[in-house]
Amino acid sequence: MRQLMVRDAIKEAIKSEMRRDPRVFLLGEDIIDPWGGSWKTMEGCYTEFGPERVRETPISEEAIVGAAVGAALCGMRPVAEIMFSDFTTRAMDQIVNQAAKFRYMTGGQASVPLVIRTAHGAGRAAAAQHSQSPEAWFVHTPGLKVVAPATPYDAKGLLLASIRDQDPVIFLEHKMNFTTEGPVPEEDYVVPLGKADVKRQGKDLTIVAHSRQVLRALEAAEQVAKEDGIEAEVVDPRTLFPLDVRTIVDSVKKTNRVVLVTEEVQRGSFAEHVASKIMEKCFYDLDGPIIFVAAKNTPIPFAPVMENFVIPDVPDIVAGIRQAMKA
Amino acid sequence: MIQQDGGGAVTTARTHAAPLIGSERDRLLWMYKTMQRIRLFDDRIVRLFNSGRITGALHSYVGEEAVAVGVCANLRPDDYLVSTHRGHGHMLAKGADMDRMMAELFAKETGYCQGKGGSMHIVDMSLGILGSNGIVGAGIPIASGAGTAIKIRGTDQVVSCHFGDGASNTGAFHEGINLAATWGLPVVFVIENNLYAQFTPQRMHTKVVDLAVRGQAYDIPAVSVDGNDVLAVSEAAGEAFARARSGKGPSILECKTFRWFGHAINNPGSNLGRDQAEIDAWKLKDPIPRFAKVLVDRGIATEAELEGLKRVVEEELEHSIAFAEASPSPKPEDALRHVYSELPEGCEL
Ligand SMILES: Cc1ncc(C[n+]2csc(CCOP(=O)(O)OP(=O)(O)O)c2C)c(N)n1
Ligand SMILES: [Mg+2]
Repeated sequence: MRQLMVRDAIKEAIKSEMRRDPRVFLLGEDIIDPWGGSWKTMEGCYTEFGPERVRETPISEEAIVGAAVGAALCGMRPVAEIMFSDFTTRAMDQIVNQAAKFRYMTGGQASVPLVIRTAHGAGRAAAAQHSQSPEAWFVHTPGLKVVAPATPYDAKGLLLASIRDQDPVIFLEHKMNFTTEGPVPEEDYVVPLGKADVKRQGKDLTIVAHSRQVLRALEAAEQVAKEDGIEAEVVDPRTLFPLDVRTIVDSVKKTNRVVLVTEEVQRGSFAEHVASKIMEKCFYDLDGPIIFVAAKNTPIPFAPVMENFVIPDVPDIVAGIRQAMKA
Repeated sequence: MIQQDGGGAVTTARTHAAPLIGSERDRLLWMYKTMQRIRLFDDRIVRLFNSGRITGALHSYVGEEAVAVGVCANLRPDDYLVSTHRGHGHMLAKGADMDRMMAELFAKETGYCQGKGGSMHIVDMSLGILGSNGIVGAGIPIASGAGTAIKIRGTDQVVSCHFGDGASNTGAFHEGINLAATWGLPVVFVIENNLYAQFTPQRMHTKVVDLAVRGQAYDIPAVSVDGNDVLAVSEAAGEAFARARSGKGPSILECKTFRWFGHAINNPGSNLGRDQAEIDAWKLKDPIPRFAKVLVDRGIATEAELEGLKRVVEEELEHSIAFAEASPSPKPEDALRHVYSELPEGCEL
């Protein structure tokens, strides 16, 4: 099959959906050509669809999301980009108090079908305000759906599903992952929200990871398979909410051991939420404590030696797997 | 208690702040030298990045030197300054030590932020610099907060709040300036209008051409000046700070200028779409030779004297690189320090 980078898979989803559905439009900072967005996920959109449907905005995140909410309430399908997920703070009222709650507060009269695409994650020595993984802020908010693809295939299929969804979706793209390649079908397909993917089968232990850490977990799994003969199963929830609890629980019931990998600060993270679900649903299936391989509870430091220390990488995951197997 | 921030900070920074006493000539030569410090520092940063010796998100101030220098020529060491992601020029003009700046960019323990901040968060609190900032516009309300502290304490300090044309489209701009105007705070809001926000030209982000007209919305004085003319900047800033010091409230100073390089040094594509003719035309308005000519024409300094000043800066720069390279890296576990001042016993980070 054809290989695409994540950013081209995203671009393909956006363009094909804009051709198919005239309600879809884009807004964000530096998104028009020749730039096509800071992550180049919208290259060529302005040239093809023009200024009405590809709207260059000032540095006004609250207005970007607010305008997306307003347009969505009026029947449009806005796809907004917030350049770095760190800047969603600027739009938090519109995300948390407006987009997330409109349906509920109106007793089901309103729908807010919008997508906010935003780049998260560390690894570029971009320091504390350009490197965060704020998954939990959104997962914690009833009314939001939260999506975090790891592969180009999932990126395209999940983005198409997100744009077609009736609810507001926060779509997290890892900034170290835009040039990751993988097979992507040319035709239209959706990866449904709320459906986890077992990225690697294994009988000895379950790893749950999302976004870029899926790729690292897969590497770590290969390493322990070779070096220790451990067969780890890697479950990628793909959507953090709605969360496919059943797939995770089925895997844990099979393997009886769990490693949770996340680039988030561990305290109050999505990964801790996964742990709570496992405790609720299959505590007695566990042979040992759940092991966390998470970022340290600090902001992201600039110096690469410290940044690498804070963020989980393959050796950290390998160590986590070995620790889980000891119990 | 578990100390979180204990020790480590280097406190022996040399200061290069504007001379408070001394002749007008001293002041003018400080301005010239400081412009050179910024130019040579940020010029070198490009090469250091391209050769892989430094990393991170880096924003060059080259071309805009007259703004920071003209403004800071009016500041005292006890005045406050609020900076941006494009902060090297503000740091140097407020008097920062190049060694410790360079060490921060080299991600070394001897850097101003001990390697925690990097270029976008470089800061010297002892010089009253209340943050460089990765969040565009975030410094504007912070400046109003500093102005509030000054007003409550009743001193004659001032705040110099720097930000770009792009930042003037954030909600923080409106909220921060409206507050300062309403409370009559001693803040000068310096709009460094370099005509671009990241890649996009100003005209695509606002209908307003002279951003100073926004002062009318808050009923405060606001002027636009040629930001490549250090004397024009310094004169207009002097008037604005005099108003602020004497309790007459905030003003806006828009300085029209231009950055020569792309938005960020680490993003080689960030000059894309800019017309080479536009860049070349602005290079002809280079603020440094322009000021040099004034100094020579007025008999304030000879060309040889100016050359001499530049050589002093070159030595300072070489020294800073040697200092940075010889300095130790932070330990990985140092990442765990400075999150809080202290934590109670029994509590984990
Ligand atoms: C809230 C926020 N939105 C977007 C960005 C990304 N960004 C960084 S600098 C910049 C442009 C800033 O333009 P301006 O204020 O004119 O300052 P300049 O870079 O021109 O000095 C943008 C969009 C950011 N850092 N923070
Ligand atoms: Mg600008």
